Amino acid sequence: MTNPLLSISDLGVSFRSDEGRVHAVNNVSFSIDGGKTLAIVGESGSGKSVTALSILQLLGDAGRIDAGTIMFEGVDLAQHTPSAMRHIRGNQISMIFQEPMTSLNPVIKVGRQVAEPLVLHQGLSWQQALSQAETLLHQVAIPDPKARLEDYPHQLSGGMRQRVMIAMALACSPKLIIADEPTTALDVTVQAQILALLKDLTRQTGAALILITHDLGVVARYADHVVVMYGGRMMESTTAAQLYRTPKHPYTKGLMSAIPSLDSDTNLELATIDGQPPNLANPPQGCPFAPRCTLAEATCNAAPPDPREVGSNHLMACIYDD
Amino acid sequence: MTEPLLQVKDLKVHFPVTEGVLFSRQVGSVKAVDGVSFDIQRGETLSLVGESGCGKSTTALAILRMLPVTEGQILFDGEDITQRFGNQLGATRPRIQMVYQDPFGSLNPRMKVQDIIGEPLKVHRPNQTKPDYTKRIKELMDIVGLLPNMADRYPHEFSGGQRQRIGIARALALQPDLLICDEAVSALDVSIQAQVINLLMQLQKDFGLTYLFISHDLSVVRHVSDRIAVMYLGQFVEVKARDTLFSNAQHPYTKTLLDAVPIANPDIEAQRPQPLIVGEVPSVRNPPHGCRFHPRCQHVIDQCATTAPLPYQSDGGAVSCHLLANRATTESAAP
Repeated sequence: MTNPLLSISDLGVSFRSDEGRVHAVNNVSFSIDGGKTLAIVGESGSGKSVTALSILQLLGDAGRIDAGTIMFEGVDLAQHTPSAMRHIRGNQISMIFQEPMTSLNPVIKVGRQVAEPLVLHQGLSWQQALSQAETLLHQVAIPDPKARLEDYPHQLSGGMRQRVMIAMALACSPKLIIADEPTTALDVTVQAQILALLKDLTRQTGAALILITHDLGVVARYADHVVVMYGGRMMESTTAAQLYRTPKHPYTKGLMSAIPSLDSDTNLELATIDGQPPNLANPPQGCPFAPRCTLAEATCNAAPPDPREVGSNHLMACIYDD
Repeated sequence: MTEPLLQVKDLKVHFPVTEGVLFSRQVGSVKAVDGVSFDIQRGETLSLVGESGCGKSTTALAILRMLPVTEGQILFDGEDITQRFGNQLGATRPRIQMVYQDPFGSLNPRMKVQDIIGEPLKVHRPNQTKPDYTKRIKELMDIVGLLPNMADRYPHEFSGGQRQRIGIARALALQPDLLICDEAVSALDVSIQAQVINLLMQLQKDFGLTYLFISHDLSVVRHVSDRIAVMYLGQFVEVKARDTLFSNAQHPYTKTLLDAVPIANPDIEAQRPQPLIVGEVPSVRNPPHGCRFHPRCQHVIDQCATTAPLPYQSDGGAVSCHLLANRATTESAAP
């Protein structure tokens, strides 16, 4: 069997803060093959974005990878120097951010922004890169791409801006694309367009896609594999089909029943998970979900359970079997 | 039949677009809400759904009398409040309250929770005694599920869900009849969102509240509403009872919207056709002629580009679409 494209094991990330070191991500492991879509799901503060950002070492001055390895095509990205990382970012691994408004430079024309990675990483001249940019804009279904090259970001709608971001991410034919809540700022009809486009493009190019989202509906429609995170830890990791059919972790189960869906019984109250998510500066000693879990017992509060195998391709971090 | 609590008749809210600084003149207008009519019965929940910029929030602010109305009429409990503003609203103001979207921006960070919840009481019931006032605040905190020892804390000490509870307590302080929830649960995480939705539903039962619920999230809307109005570029395209809308959506835009919402179940998803959605929402500043949805509609006919469709009665609701109206006329004309 060949090695997966990206394989993260036992990742730990922490940030310096006034309240001491905050351990935002602990003991997270997953891997992804080319052409597949992996979704990382979780609520705010669950560590899903930090996990993704650590792959590209975009953790800022306060953040640090404490433990674990990030193997990408046989090399450990966690050991890369900043200058080595610069050759990876936007070239072999690219990122699409949530806010298409703030992630594009407002004073540089769209064409130049899409062409920039090609000039930097592939040594094209600006002229070649700009004509390549036109092709890319065409590929992401932007009408009249030649004219759009001369536009500034504010002249485009939210959906169009996100398409530009995708064109930029695709420019150097990366092997891995990380999309951090790419459609949260967009309307539903535009969201459907953008996600379908991303999925098509990854299928065509064979690139892997890591999709970070809080929307379980989006996960059901687009993901192959799902990692559920809570309080900086991985709760469950399995294929999308298994996760929805047989969720095992109490948190995943709670989450599934808390979403009002288009086919649920509206006369019933929504199932809720009592309590609030943990404060990561002062996390519970044991399982982060234990304070809100109805099944919790003394051992849960002592130490966080390690993820273990509970079926084929199914990991879960809970002392109970289901 | 009793009189509806709220009647909105042909409401239009237009914002002027001006040019020039010193001698500025009006060069056009943004028709944020353009001819919207609806009633809400007592105890009912009407939801407004639509994408950003379709005029949901503008409609809400006009009803609250926080925006000038260009044309049309707003009747609250039989009384015309269209031309009233600020103090002139008198006894009507406390009866319509609002819960805002952003649990961070809508609470003053320098006020304690008890002062935030108590502020409407101080303004509208200045003669209330101090013990009554404190008692009412305790009561309100209890109703929304906040602990009494939280009264002295500041908003930053609370999580998003708890802040939204503070906002709800403030809105309930004056025992309103109509509560407008503008994306009240949109900013919350799933597990917290469910708690707040359940709270809102419980409050409606306990106090007989009437809701105008604004959201872009169709699965939340389906859970809370009695009737749903789908808005597109300042106009209603379809108004229906909740179950009729979800089981038999008629307007092409409503169908598009429903198809676009992913369902949290891969088995169902695998069988659904991938949504075919053309184009994006055009700018309200320059809406298309005729039916405003026609440039994106797959069933467009000549008529759509020239004349705006009028709502016609169907399935106990109303739909604005030429194609559907024509079909209905042919069917009724046939023997």
